[in-house]
Amino acid sequence: MDLNYTPEQEAFRKEARAWLEANVPKEKLKSFDTKEGFEQHREWEKKLQAGGYAMVPWPVEYGGRGANLLEWLIFEEEYYRAGAPGRVNQNGIFLLGPTIMDVGTPEQKARFLPQMASSEEVWAQGWSEPNAGSDMANIQSTAIKDGDHFVINGQKTWASRGAFAHWLFGMFRSDPDSSRHKGLTFILVPLDTPGVTVRPIEKLNNKKAFAEVFFDDARVPVEYQLGEEGKGWDVAMATAGFERGLMLRSPARFQDTARRLVELYKKTVASGQYVAPELRRTVAQCWMDAEAYALNTYQTVAHLMGGGKIGAEASLNKIFWSELDTKMHETALKLLGYRAELLPGSPEAGDVGEWLDGYIFALAGPIYAGTNEIQRNIIAERILGMPRK
Amino acid sequence: MEFRFTEDQRLLQETVRDFLAGECTVDFVRGQWDTATGRSREFWSSFAEIGVPGLLVPEAHGGLGMTEVDLVLVMVEVGRAGLAEPVTPTAAVAAPLIRDCGNELLAKEWLPKIATGEAVVAVGQPTSPLVPEAECADLLILRSGDGLYAVPAAEARITPQKSNDPSQKLATVEFDPKPEQQIASGSEADRLETAALDRGALACAAQQLGACDQLIQMSVDYTTERKQFGVPIGSFQAVKHQVADIKVALEYARSHVERAAHSVAHNTPGRSVDVSMAKISAGEAALQGASTSLQVHGALGYTWEQDLHVWMRRAWTLDLAWGETAWHRERLAEALFEDGPPAIAFGFEPSAN
Repeated sequence: MDLNYTPEQEAFRKEARAWLEANVPKEKLKSFDTKEGFEQHREWEKKLQAGGYAMVPWPVEYGGRGANLLEWLIFEEEYYRAGAPGRVNQNGIFLLGPTIMDVGTPEQKARFLPQMASSEEVWAQGWSEPNAGSDMANIQSTAIKDGDHFVINGQKTWASRGAFAHWLFGMFRSDPDSSRHKGLTFILVPLDTPGVTVRPIEKLNNKKAFAEVFFDDARVPVEYQLGEEGKGWDVAMATAGFERGLMLRSPARFQDTARRLVELYKKTVASGQYVAPELRRTVAQCWMDAEAYALNTYQTVAHLMGGGKIGAEASLNKIFWSELDTKMHETALKLLGYRAELLPGSPEAGDVGEWLDGYIFALAGPIYAGTNEIQRNIIAERILGMPRK
Repeated sequence: MEFRFTEDQRLLQETVRDFLAGECTVDFVRGQWDTATGRSREFWSSFAEIGVPGLLVPEAHGGLGMTEVDLVLVMVEVGRAGLAEPVTPTAAVAAPLIRDCGNELLAKEWLPKIATGEAVVAVGQPTSPLVPEAECADLLILRSGDGLYAVPAAEARITPQKSNDPSQKLATVEFDPKPEQQIASGSEADRLETAALDRGALACAAQQLGACDQLIQMSVDYTTERKQFGVPIGSFQAVKHQVADIKVALEYARSHVERAAHSVAHNTPGRSVDVSMAKISAGEAALQGASTSLQVHGALGYTWEQDLHVWMRRAWTLDLAWGETAWHRERLAEALFEDGPPAIAFGFEPSAN
């Protein structure tokens, strides 16, 4: 066990810090759930890519930096320390990207990965359907082969940033006589395909970036099939693993929130405002949990770099970070007292609104990427071996 | 940076696990409840044969010269087996205390005997008047006023205090400090005492992980076997989710405990805070394990006969040893809110060595 960074790792940290200090926009970008903010975030992604920092752990030939997972963790620490913008293409770069690297053809890798790395093309995910949420195997949308095209019909929903995204990835039933996990194919769909209709849904944050997507005889070339035909479920499970595991939610994000929470607590106490005594303990617990998540991720990375794999353990992560994120924001709102309802931009709000925004965002955590109830089933059945029936 | 154990460390853990599976069965643990001392010198010498009491004793004194990073995995196995011999005070606390106190005579006399299993040493806790294992000890290391003293057990007045966990041997101890028994005073005594506390707390936290693992396993086994409404009760989500929640708490506590082991072994600046986080999280996980296991075992778990309470009581009492959770929470909060953030915040800062 060695908990010291190597000189090379320290040097990389320094280099990343210097670049971020020089390049992170001084002015906060608008929310990427608005069209204007979405485009601002794409500009930022292009800058990141030009600087060589957009896809730190990706191979160089796909627009990445070829760094290992540890360097990626270091970069993430620096990224959050610098207060850099959120990653508008996170569904692409953190979820689909690694899946394409795993199962994509050489042509698909060359076609999609560099465009994804620069956010020239932003991706939305098309997992859920009106009747396939937690029960994802109940997918009804079909993709029937017709010559060198799939003809897609049906509906996907809850596609984050689907209103502005260029592409969607998801599973479709390619064998109409199949049921459940069989007969599904993973397909990449350009959202400007004739027959595709994107209808924005207003989210709890009052913004319309979320979308439902309708397919009406939409024709998609067969070369956009990812992995084997009929084996979409296996491809999707690998993607979901990335989502629940360390790629989507690196620990620095939560450590940064915990650090801000500790500062907020100190500031609130110093201001003389009444602070409920139990919040002292809660804030410390949040900080401790964010540290636990970081430590655990470093262990996972050591395990992976040593040739190990992760499977159902990703479900432990997903529960832990999503509940931690909610708890941290709830605690901040308690500290803020009467100001906790003020939206960003209100004259009295100061930085308060950021916490409210973060809270609303955090509330989605236990729902997306597989609800925490589903994760608990996975832990009980696949990790602990409790009976399914 | 490589946050994981070596194959040798895992091998040592397995060796201890196998040894305890044979020598420290639950029947052995329960059998000890009814013996005069509750302790077995015979067991202790065979435990010394595989090196455990002398794990932290330098090789020059007959030990294995290992560190807390090795010991922590052994302590997890101690917790899993429900072993209640003086592993924490003697192997985890006294051995390094004697090693580090700068008293060569004391080290020469006692460290070899710790390593062979001939001597048991108990250490007073700064957070409690109760001295674990004082009754069976040959030597006691105790605080009095400004000084830290090494007192032969025969020269101390030991009053047993019965614990709710029949495996725990607690006592209050009085003694008349003599100058020749003093091993440190003033800030040096404080330093040794804080290090002892951190080591004791770490050893407890590791045992709490093992106990929690065991409680989960018993719950999984029982709910898989027990049928109601024609199906195993473990197939019900209301049961599954409770057990899954212990697993989540346990695995994140494990990360804290394993890092704290490294912090203690390398005496990093954040050592005490890291230990407190380990003790809090492992303690909470084990207590959650205890209450959930009791619930899913139903009335059966509420009986004296069922073995569940061996680990349930251990979870309760380990939580109180070497700083109860509330004490460690306060130490963490002080470090966070009053002294500025601890050494670690964004990833690991390079440690002192």
